[in-house]
Amino acid sequence: MIFDFDTMYVVLLALLLSAAVWTVMTSHLLKSAIGLAVTSVVLTLILFLLKASLAGVFELSVCAGLITVVFISAISLTKPVAEAEAREMKMKRLKRFIFLPILLLIAGWLLRNRMIHLTHPVQAAADAATTVQQALWSGRRFDLVGQILIILAGIFGIIVLFKTKDCVDDKEKKQ
Amino acid sequence: MTCEMATFFSVSVIFAVLLVLTALYCILATRNLIRILIGMELMTKAVTLLLAVGGYVSHQMAVAQTYIITLIVLEVVVIAIAAAIVIGSHKHNNDMDAGRMNNLKG
Repeated sequence: MIFDFDTMYVVLLALLLSAAVWTVMTSHLLKSAIGLAVTSVVLTLILFLLKASLAGVFELSVCAGLITVVFISAISLTKPVAEAEAREMKMKRLKRFIFLPILLLIAGWLLRNRMIHLTHPVQAAADAATTVQQALWSGRRFDLVGQILIILAGIFGIIVLFKTKDCVDDKEKKQ
Repeated sequence: MTCEMATFFSVSVIFAVLLVLTALYCILATRNLIRILIGMELMTKAVTLLLAVGGYVSHQMAVAQTYIITLIVLEVVVIAIAAAIVIGSHKHNNDMDAGRMNNLKG
C-alpha cells in the first residue's frame, strides 16, 4: 500500500502534534524528555519528506540525540550541594574563563584586518543558493561565525552542567 | 502560489500554531523549570516546521535548510546553558520552582 505525499504529510503532522501533546501531558519528567525525542524524530521524517535531508540529519542527531541526553542529565544531576563547595566551584569557574578576553582580542584583530570576510547574508544566499553547501558556506558565512561563537558558549554551559557530578564524586572520594 | 501549495501551506501553519499553543500551555501551566525548557523546545520545533514549509513552498530549500541548521545550533546551546542554570537554581533552592529564580545571585 503506497501513500501519496499529502496523506503521508498530514499523518506525520498529526503524529508530531500527538507526540508533543503526550510530552506535555505525561507526569513523569523522564517520559517527557523521551516524548520530546520522539517529537524530534517525527519532525525529522517531515524534513526528509520535504527534501530537507541535511536539516533532517541535524535534527535527528542534535535534537533527538544530544538535547535528550542534556535533559536526562539535568534531571538526574539535580542534587543539593553544600555552600562552601559552591563557593569553591565559583572560584574555579572564574579561573577557567580567564582566557576569554584574549580570544575576543584575537577575533577583533582578525575582523579588523579583514581576514574573516563577511558577505551580505540574505541577498547572497537567495541569489546563488543552488545547494545547501553553497548557501551555507558562501551566502551565510556570517551565520557560521556566530554559530562558532555560540557553540563555544554551549561548551561552557555543558562544562557547568557536568561539574556537579565531578564535585559529588570528589566529595565521595574525600569521605 | 498555486491552490494546492496554498492549502499545503495553510495546513502546515495550522499544525504549527497548534504546536505553539501546546508548548505555551506547557510553559504556563507548570512551575517546574525543566518542563518550561521542554515547552521552549516544542516551540522551536514549530519554528523549524514553518521554516521547512516556507522553503518548500518558495522553492528555496537550500536557504531554508541553512536557517534550520542555524536554529538547531542556537537551540542546543540555549538548552545547554538553561539546563546549567536549572542545576544552579536547584543547588541554591533545593527545588526546581521557577518562582524562586529571583534567589539566584552572582
